[in-house]
Amino acid sequence: MELNVMQPDQLDDLIQGISLADYQVIGPMESNGAIAYEPIESADDLPRGIIDHQRPGKYALQKIQSSRFFGYTVSPFSWKKYLYPPVQTLFKAERNGQGIQLETDSHDVKYAFIGVRACELSAIKIQDKIFLGGDYVDLHYKERRENALIVAVECFNTCETCFCDSVGSGPEIPNGADIVLTEILESGEHYFLVRSETEAGQEILNQISLKDTENNHYLIKDAQLERVRAKLKRKVQTTGLKSKLLKNPDHPRWDEVAERCLACSNCTMVCPTCFCADVFDINDLDGNTKRERRWDSCFTSDFTYIHGGNIRHSVKSRYRQWLTHKFASWQDQFDSLGCVGCGRCITWCPPGIDITEELKALSIPPNQYKKGEINHV
Amino acid sequence: MQLGYNWLIYMDNDSNSIMAFNRHSPLIPGIFEVKSKSKETHDTWSIVLNNKEPCRVETFNPGQFNMLYAYGTGEIPISISGDCSNQKYIVHTIRDVGKVSHALCNLKSGDQVGVRGPFGTTWPMDQLKGKDVVIIGGGIGLAPIRPVIFHILENRDDYNRVAIAYGARAPEEMLYPTQIMDWRSHLDMQVRVTVDSASPKWHGQVGVVTTLIPRLNFNPDNTAALVCGPEIMIRFAVKELISNGINPDEIWVSMERNMKCGIGLSGHCQMGSMFVCKDGPVFNYMDVERYFRIKEL
Repeated sequence: MELNVMQPDQLDDLIQGISLADYQVIGPMESNGAIAYEPIESADDLPRGIIDHQRPGKYALQKIQSSRFFGYTVSPFSWKKYLYPPVQTLFKAERNGQGIQLETDSHDVKYAFIGVRACELSAIKIQDKIFLGGDYVDLHYKERRENALIVAVECFNTCETCFCDSVGSGPEIPNGADIVLTEILESGEHYFLVRSETEAGQEILNQISLKDTENNHYLIKDAQLERVRAKLKRKVQTTGLKSKLLKNPDHPRWDEVAERCLACSNCTMVCPTCFCADVFDINDLDGNTKRERRWDSCFTSDFTYIHGGNIRHSVKSRYRQWLTHKFASWQDQFDSLGCVGCGRCITWCPPGIDITEELKALSIPPNQYKKGEINHV
Repeated sequence: MQLGYNWLIYMDNDSNSIMAFNRHSPLIPGIFEVKSKSKETHDTWSIVLNNKEPCRVETFNPGQFNMLYAYGTGEIPISISGDCSNQKYIVHTIRDVGKVSHALCNLKSGDQVGVRGPFGTTWPMDQLKGKDVVIIGGGIGLAPIRPVIFHILENRDDYNRVAIAYGARAPEEMLYPTQIMDWRSHLDMQVRVTVDSASPKWHGQVGVVTTLIPRLNFNPDNTAALVCGPEIMIRFAVKELISNGINPDEIWVSMERNMKCGIGLSGHCQMGSMFVCKDGPVFNYMDVERYFRIKEL
């Protein structure tokens, strides 16, 4: 729908309007030296004037002289933690003589997410395919997802580790948001360009008195996006990547990266598309039990355990599974890449393994590849 | 929300099978009762499950599995080992090797268990029609393939020559010995059994199951083979079948991987691009042949 102008002090009106529509508003805030996506009450909770510095294995926030609300790039957390919680009770059970009585709750919270980036919205759409697009629908996810309101914010900056354009997930906001914001802070002027993309989004915007745009607003918006695109230095050459990965499970680079990988599972925990889970049965002393689903990682040692042992015992095989899944087998399974280029796995990898660099090395035919040919910085 | 016995029957239009899980989510089991159980070997039991209402249609197809939930202990995938034409009961054969299988083997008649399923692909019964059928089972791997044998016996005219080769570690580890004797008495079925090692009391064949393959009587140009057992056995059995002239795309295998959900949402069972729980467990060999060549996939 049409683009309008919103003043910075109206951002709080937007948040209050969403809150009045019975949403629990989740937004970015500074917490323990990082940006976290947590329940917010007003625009005062937003990390105003805070930017982030991300490099392989490094993350830091900095307070600068700026009134920008959305100056950071991406949080270590992702919206996944709300749509697909890290720990979720599937059911509680009680024993009743020889019988079993199951009990389950329905989740009635409506979430509104403020500040969803292009890559993050792409990630949500990828998880939609997993949990909603197959033969079996995850009703826990469905309930949360269908009730959620998404307020996306266009990036004005990049972090050193992100690469959305080369995997096709940004920097322009893909469709699927309810409201899209562009924060403009230039020539001493500070304002938002705002548009709704759904009826739910328009109903919220109707409550705020927005101004019409002028012609140059479109130019300013486009120019900002182009600046972001030009800043994205990391690239993944996706053409032909799938067959290169699938054809070379014994590429010498897998051994090299396995020497650096700690199999700590950080990459999978921060990844907004990773969906693996385990289940646990937790008993109390009264004889009641509950079954929990928790995020799991293909890097853990017993992930592939069957009677007789683990299928993937080496770190090499686990790293290969993860990266091959993201860029090759995911395409067979869900018809898209499993990566949105948010860069979290690079930033939060303790030894700073950079997947774009690994993919570059793995794209060299094994017989032409020289050990250490593409070195990490 | 109290769920109790509110498991539902979901009609799946394509396969005409029923799904037993709770109305709330495919991740929540329906409740079944242990009708009876019987000891197969020193560590293996068969349990017969039923629900309170009779099932209206075929309950499952040969090759499929259920996720069985033992109260407070956990949930594991177990193949259905019973006869699909019996609409009333679901039979599972379980080897007591881990925490959950131990709990399941210790169930008593009247105890309730959680059941989600049936899940996964099936043995290609229709495609086998008019062909010689070779069935290779190893150890507990006879259980997922037994529904095929029941089906063939009930529809004997649909299939040409039928040969079963079964290998166990030792004579006392053999599953369904009485039934095997019964199958042997059918003149229109070849049944050969071997064990890896045995005491002098054993008068049968000793050796791995692959050694039985050249002695089976089949026409390689019109034969389909079904293989289930430990992965190493599958690997060598397939090799032997191919060297005996069977076309690789006429071979089906049933694979085993770690499974947590049975519906492709928890990621554990991936084998290359396949989710073994929903793209398998039964695969045409040509669809997974490349994965057998990759270590630790």
